[in-house]
Amino acid sequence: MIDAKKPLLTMQNVSVTANNHKILNNLNLTIHEKDFITVLGANGAGKSTLFNTISGNLLPSSGHIFLQEQEITNWSVIQRTKFLSRVFQDPKVGTAPRLTVAENLLLSLHRGQKRRLRNRHLKQHLGQFQQITQAMYNDLDQHLNTATENLSGGQRQALSFLMAVQVRPKLLLLDEHTAALDPKTSHTLMTQTNKYINKDRLTCLMITHQLDDALQFGNRLLVLDQGKIKYDFDATQKSQLTKEQLLQIFERAN
Amino acid sequence: MSMVVSSIGQGLLWAILGVALYLTFRILDFADMTVEGTFPLGAATAVTAITHGLNPILATILAFVAGSCAGLLTGLMYTKGKIPVLLAGILVMNACLSVNLRIMGSANISLLGKKTIFSNSFLKSLPNYFDSVCVGLILMIVITLLLAFFLQTDLGQAFIATGDNPKMAHSLGINTDNMTILGLVVSNGLIAVGGALIAQNNGYADINMGIGIIVIALASIIIGEVAFGELTLNQRLVAVICGSILYRLVLLIVLQLGFNTNDFNLISSLILATCLILPSLKNKLHLSNVLKKGLTPYDRR
Repeated sequence: MIDAKKPLLTMQNVSVTANNHKILNNLNLTIHEKDFITVLGANGAGKSTLFNTISGNLLPSSGHIFLQEQEITNWSVIQRTKFLSRVFQDPKVGTAPRLTVAENLLLSLHRGQKRRLRNRHLKQHLGQFQQITQAMYNDLDQHLNTATENLSGGQRQALSFLMAVQVRPKLLLLDEHTAALDPKTSHTLMTQTNKYINKDRLTCLMITHQLDDALQFGNRLLVLDQGKIKYDFDATQKSQLTKEQLLQIFERAN
Repeated sequence: MSMVVSSIGQGLLWAILGVALYLTFRILDFADMTVEGTFPLGAATAVTAITHGLNPILATILAFVAGSCAGLLTGLMYTKGKIPVLLAGILVMNACLSVNLRIMGSANISLLGKKTIFSNSFLKSLPNYFDSVCVGLILMIVITLLLAFFLQTDLGQAFIATGDNPKMAHSLGINTDNMTILGLVVSNGLIAVGGALIAQNNGYADINMGIGIIVIALASIIIGEVAFGELTLNQRLVAVICGSILYRLVLLIVLQLGFNTNDFNLISSLILATCLILPSLKNKLHLSNVLKKGLTPYDRR
């Protein structure tokens, strides 16, 4: 089965400079619809900068970024939240600690929209929140009215993930979202993440340091080095790739 | 007895400061020093307007506008000018001193013989000191209801999220700069209304009446929290009002002990420091266990 691949996000010769140092160096990348791309790279290779550039937290010093046909190079973070959502590595970053699980979900229900002086209607949404939290299999549904600061790290990351996908994003950025969790919790969240992305056919970019995860999940694998994409494996190449080969790539890069 | 009524009245009038500061200090999570300038700014604006013949209610609304403008300045300096919020607040507070002198024309204006909010005939018919209880109560009910409504709206939730986790709020498309500015505008507007009311209640505006205001406002917040513990957000607003009244009652007791009004600022700081230390002290000394033990009948220990 061959999908006619439609480009969703295109980066053309994008450079990002900080302190006279090019963190992204004439980077070219086309993300197609329904791509689930895992991103590898040593520290300082530019993975986080790539995400910050896509999300609008960093503006490129040169180059262009397009969403489908529309140029979005100078769009603000807030404008980009209309089509993009993000899960961070640190469980503390993704949720508001003093607000309850339900209140956090309600906030993300309006991602990218103007917030109005209109009753929030929390109760009307509880049923829906119950349903989506149940799917994470970690008792999150029992804690809808708990302040998120009282949740475990795994529950907070699961909540961050739900908040990112509740309103379907055109592009989902996962920034090592399981890295701060213990191996078992990390594995559970990664399994749920994969299930959800495949079920909803989301377009997703996932940074990881786990070579196994990078090989196991997704249909495309990028290796970043010195602000450039060094390798871009498609689904077929990726399926033949072994962990040993990946390790060699890293050793050569260093 | 009349002293107690007077304290409750003062507590209710001053409670507006606590509730206003709650928006920035507890929800947005920073200390806004602007209030030390906007409190006398509100007083100066209202008193000057009244002496020029403006209706006292309109004069109080004018004070709100003046305070909001000062809050807007702090907000712009902080969010757009990237000046640390403490410094931005101090700059505006300092500027307010000159502005207030310009508005008043002298360091002190009396309202003697002028109509104020408190010269309403119904309020005059009440027993001594009940006028401030009445005005304070009505105002606090209105403000608390409005704030409680606001905080339950989508906009209010975005405001709370901004204080709770700005990075998350921003990544959900919330304009955190605007939320911060909104908080500073409303908070300082309300502080100025407090200044306008207290000046009308005292019968004068004085250039120095802003000194130590932030401590008084903080005291009502902290006393409310220490006295009532874990609460929902709406209950917390009421707790701040109760905290303000408790603070006045404590001051009354202190006065009865023989201190005079010149010691107020020293005592205010002492009360606030005590309340801030209390929670950690309680943990260290296991005070709650001791209290529980003391309250349990011997045979059930």
